[in-house]
Amino acid sequence: MRKVRVCILRTAGTNCDKETAFAFKTAGAETELVHVNRLIGWEKQLEDYQILAFPGGFSYGDDIAAGKILANELKCKLANQIKDFVSQGKLIIGICNGFQILVKAGLLPGNKDFTQEASLITNDSGKFEDRWTYLRAVKTKCIWTKNLPQVIYLPVAHGEGKFVVKEKSVLERLKKNQQIVFQYCDKQGDLSGYPDNPNGAIDNIAGICDATGRILGLMPHPERHQLNVQHPCWSAAGKNKKSGDGLQIFQNGVDYAKKLL
Amino acid sequence: MPYKIEVSDKAGVFDAVGCGVKKDILDLGLNTIRQVRFAQVYSIEGNLTSEEAKKIAEELLTDKVSQVFSINAQGAKRKAHNDSVIEIAYNPGVMDPAEDSVLKGIRDLGIEGASSVKTAKKYYLKGNLSSQQLKTIAEKLLYNKLIQHIAVSSQPSALSETTYQFKLITVDLLGAIDKKLLEISRKGQLFLNLAEMRQIKKYFQGLKRNPTDCELETIAQTWSEHCCHKTFRGKIDYKEKIQNPKSKAQNKSQISNPKIKSGKIDNLLKQTIVKVTKELNKPWCVSVFQDNSGVIRFDEQYNVCFKVETHNHPSALEPFGGANTGVGGVIRDPLGTGLGAKPFFNTDVFCFAPPDLATGKVPKGSLHPKRVMKGVVSGVRDYGNKMGIPTVNGAILFHERFVGNPLVYCGTAGIMPKEKSFKETHVGDLVVVVGGRTGRDGIHGATFSSGELTHESETISSGAVQIGNPIQEKKMVDTILQARDLNLYSAITDCGAGGLSSAVGEMGADLGARVDLEKVPLKYSGLSYMEIWISESQERMVLSVSPEKIEELKEVFSRENVEATVIGEFTDTKRLELFYKGALVCDLEMEFLHHGTPQIEKKALFVHARHLEPKLKCAKDLTETLSKLFSRYDICSKEWVIRQYDHEVQGGSILKPLVGIVNDGPSDASIVKPLLNSQKGVIVSNGINFRFGLIDPYWMAASCIDEALRQVISVGGSLKEVAILDNFCWGNPDKPDRLGGLVRAAYGCYDAARIFEAPFISGKDSFYNEYTVHNKSIAIPGTLLISALAVMDDVEKAVSMYAKKAGNLIYLVGETFNELGGSHYYALSEIIGNAVPKVNAKKAKAVFQALSKATGVGLVAAMHDCSEGGIAVAAAEMAFSGGLGMDLFLSEIPYPEKEKRNDFLLFSESNSRFIVEVEKKNQKKFESALKGMPFGLAGCLKEKKDFQVFGLEGNICIKATLEELKCAWQKPLKW
Repeated sequence: MRKVRVCILRTAGTNCDKETAFAFKTAGAETELVHVNRLIGWEKQLEDYQILAFPGGFSYGDDIAAGKILANELKCKLANQIKDFVSQGKLIIGICNGFQILVKAGLLPGNKDFTQEASLITNDSGKFEDRWTYLRAVKTKCIWTKNLPQVIYLPVAHGEGKFVVKEKSVLERLKKNQQIVFQYCDKQGDLSGYPDNPNGAIDNIAGICDATGRILGLMPHPERHQLNVQHPCWSAAGKNKKSGDGLQIFQNGVDYAKKLL
Repeated sequence: MPYKIEVSDKAGVFDAVGCGVKKDILDLGLNTIRQVRFAQVYSIEGNLTSEEAKKIAEELLTDKVSQVFSINAQGAKRKAHNDSVIEIAYNPGVMDPAEDSVLKGIRDLGIEGASSVKTAKKYYLKGNLSSQQLKTIAEKLLYNKLIQHIAVSSQPSALSETTYQFKLITVDLLGAIDKKLLEISRKGQLFLNLAEMRQIKKYFQGLKRNPTDCELETIAQTWSEHCCHKTFRGKIDYKEKIQNPKSKAQNKSQISNPKIKSGKIDNLLKQTIVKVTKELNKPWCVSVFQDNSGVIRFDEQYNVCFKVETHNHPSALEPFGGANTGVGGVIRDPLGTGLGAKPFFNTDVFCFAPPDLATGKVPKGSLHPKRVMKGVVSGVRDYGNKMGIPTVNGAILFHERFVGNPLVYCGTAGIMPKEKSFKETHVGDLVVVVGGRTGRDGIHGATFSSGELTHESETISSGAVQIGNPIQEKKMVDTILQARDLNLYSAITDCGAGGLSSAVGEMGADLGARVDLEKVPLKYSGLSYMEIWISESQERMVLSVSPEKIEELKEVFSRENVEATVIGEFTDTKRLELFYKGALVCDLEMEFLHHGTPQIEKKALFVHARHLEPKLKCAKDLTETLSKLFSRYDICSKEWVIRQYDHEVQGGSILKPLVGIVNDGPSDASIVKPLLNSQKGVIVSNGINFRFGLIDPYWMAASCIDEALRQVISVGGSLKEVAILDNFCWGNPDKPDRLGGLVRAAYGCYDAARIFEAPFISGKDSFYNEYTVHNKSIAIPGTLLISALAVMDDVEKAVSMYAKKAGNLIYLVGETFNELGGSHYYALSEIIGNAVPKVNAKKAKAVFQALSKATGVGLVAAMHDCSEGGIAVAAAEMAFSGGLGMDLFLSEIPYPEKEKRNDFLLFSESNSRFIVEVEKKNQKKFESALKGMPFGLAGCLKEKKDFQVFGLEGNICIKATLEELKCAWQKPLKW
């Protein structure tokens, strides 16, 4: 049987590409690390893949603002290819820097003209922080977040992760359309302040999807909790569990994408 | 006309940068500050229309959701509100790390006319501040004049492109007398001594000509302490004696300090560090002391390598840039090992003066230690995080003597397929430089670090200070590893200290090399041939490429926008020949360059010092003492630092630097799994304690090895395959007392490593860590860092340090002695003492082996090593990190001393000790695994969240809630 193919897009400064590929492989997909220059130069075509993944990192050093320069490049050089990809019902995931890119390129929360309606800005603490966060997995139509327990545990590692919207109506639309998929919370699943909400995001938003539920962006790193031993207390929390909370997200994407083959 | 675009947050958006600066200003004691607003400024030059500038501002530079922009505004609006404005821009010639990517973004918009971009930071300050106060704020917080300036006019001061007119410069050595020779060395910042200058003169007398400036520089770089370690490899005339041998303050422990025989030592490195590795002759050591890092076996297919470097002098002058390029530099070591290893973790260890040091104690020309610390941490964070390499292990220590000369150790480990572990340069191979371009930055770094700092250093040596461009390096790593896997080159090395001169000189040492210097790609025009050759611009590597592979190699690099340029070839002439546009500018025999150094004999004298022996009374209640120890900068939580590092990128972090039920306890070591699909991992730990060295560097060295190894054991490792690295940071080795301590430390390394069977695989020394103000020299305490790298077969055997379950038993393993010399307990009373902790390596090894047997079969629930602060600190850390109370009974702890005291037992920093948590059901098995070892069942864990210690007489001597202790531990660095 043919396998789902995932294009892991990379450029100068991408740095979570290999572990993201590993998670997709574990979930049964075939992955390819593709430099953005190859898509622009038509050496690689997006139509050969069912999933497009934007991994974490510091694309172009996050100069100007996190994800901005790659977002600009996508808009200027790859807009049509990506629009076609989306309109074919295929899947996109953006993790950390990938989420910042999707938001700044207008792919999330998403509208007809791909204009930017939200952003991820400097953490309230003013600094980069690496910490584990509890996330409330909200029940939505997002295909990436099926079968998750109510609360999952994933690490964040970013300096610009505070989710903000252009105006109130955007937030209301997100809620109405069930596009808010992850919210920072405490261990019990209640929304709470810093450090549970590590960056001061409005409504504790950690991840959103587009109106179709096929494009997901999130600040926390599911690929850093795909194995049980990546959990900070794995030795006490039970050695027998084999996979981590994040793997299901990749599994959902791959399972859904099989229908596209 | 240049456009100046200013971007700031919209009203109502929380300005995190501005708020951070405001907090720092309040910390300076300037209480009148009311608000700080931050703006980013871009000055764009080139042929642009105003519509294009607007498009750039709107589409690229501004986040429409949260920011607003203005173009060429004079800030009139802000002025009207009586704001003060400070704008900080980079100095001409300093690389602006954002320029390349902003230009790329502009081109992506379809706008081709932009030629340069300079960024600046602008701060609007509200509040009643005098111009003197504004100056203080700018100087203390906002800029460093070595790389930045306060922009006065609205025009950016771009570096004007100059043209360089070639003129061969020779230096008159043949006609120079000794005095003149020294003057040439000093004025040229060559840091060569008279014997060396004479040797060079002799060489050129033989050639009947004077050297060119380029030849002299090449020799100075190659012979610098930084590059060739002439102290460690030279001859040393060693003596030791005891201070006031008849004094009554005789101290038994001191007499038992081993004496090292006086006499001549030929090549200290070979007599100690290298010797022990040779003697141990471990089959898993793949390549030691020869490549850019030490290589050991990981599994059947892969090897791992590890290197630790220091970047002290640059960090003293420009903490951010110094630490930034320190990390960037050490990453290139594994990358330049064999045919290139993929970096998979970083380590960072720092020594600073206390961050609350009174301003009056900061010498002229130095930065305040708090600023140094913040800058260094930011520099490491910036480079490590952007490279996608997890920073997993480190330590931070404090002492006033680091005030002018902080220590910044940076380490990187890499992994490579075993068949890629060796390199070979061939005659006819092309010399290819890849990565960043060459500029005027970083000239004289190698020689600069081979001399002492003075308060004039900041003006004389500012060329040696750089800031890094991590994304340039990331691109280079990505492409080099691709080229490696396609077998496109046969040798690789990094352009570190000495730049091309040392990289090409080293690679061609056995063959010969010729380089056409005008072919080296430059950041801007105007560099002389000599500057091109010795510039230490960052993010460059040199490859040796066979001519038939060059086109394919160039293709691999250009696909990802990395430059790869042929600049010469390796020859069979055994000479180093350099040309500039056809003119010969350097022609040296490799033999002279690499083996012509005159062997120097230095004198070393070690005096066994006698410090005051304190008569401290043991307080009945030691709770407050424990709390004070927890609040010492050395012991307190480093969470503020660790959180800023991405310690989990690459997904291999199995035991993290912060552990515990709320992930904030201090892990003893880190475990990283470099291959996600393998159960194998590596443990990384470090041992460092300059306080012991104040008494005896021999025992400091042995203690550092013991500490690094016991941390490996604590997390579930074994002594089976542990390699160690040495990094000596010392004062001026030309002064006999400094060198004497170094000799003792080196012998301490030999003796301990031999018994523990832990070979050294790589090391580095940094001398001249002294700071001269008005002829008074402040030397740092001689400091040795031992880093350990251990291969672990199954990462699921990992053990963490935090308490796991109420009802579990607490064992103390290892003996405690009244060894309070150099302890933090004594330091509380500002006493050093004499009874320094020793290492009985044979006994320790048996304990270590018994414990790893126990962890290997899962008998240990948690384990923590006892180091700074002793048993009390370690036990309480275990308890509060696990959120469980503990009762501890001192009478059950192995304590073979006649004079028994609660305070000594609790706070002694004796080596080779552990606190171990064991489930009750495993009690018998654990005790039989430790049969014959010194251990005691000394306590248990409980639900009630307090920490209670019952003294030797049975009465309570410490009683505190976990909350109180944790708070004391977290408070000092909660910035």
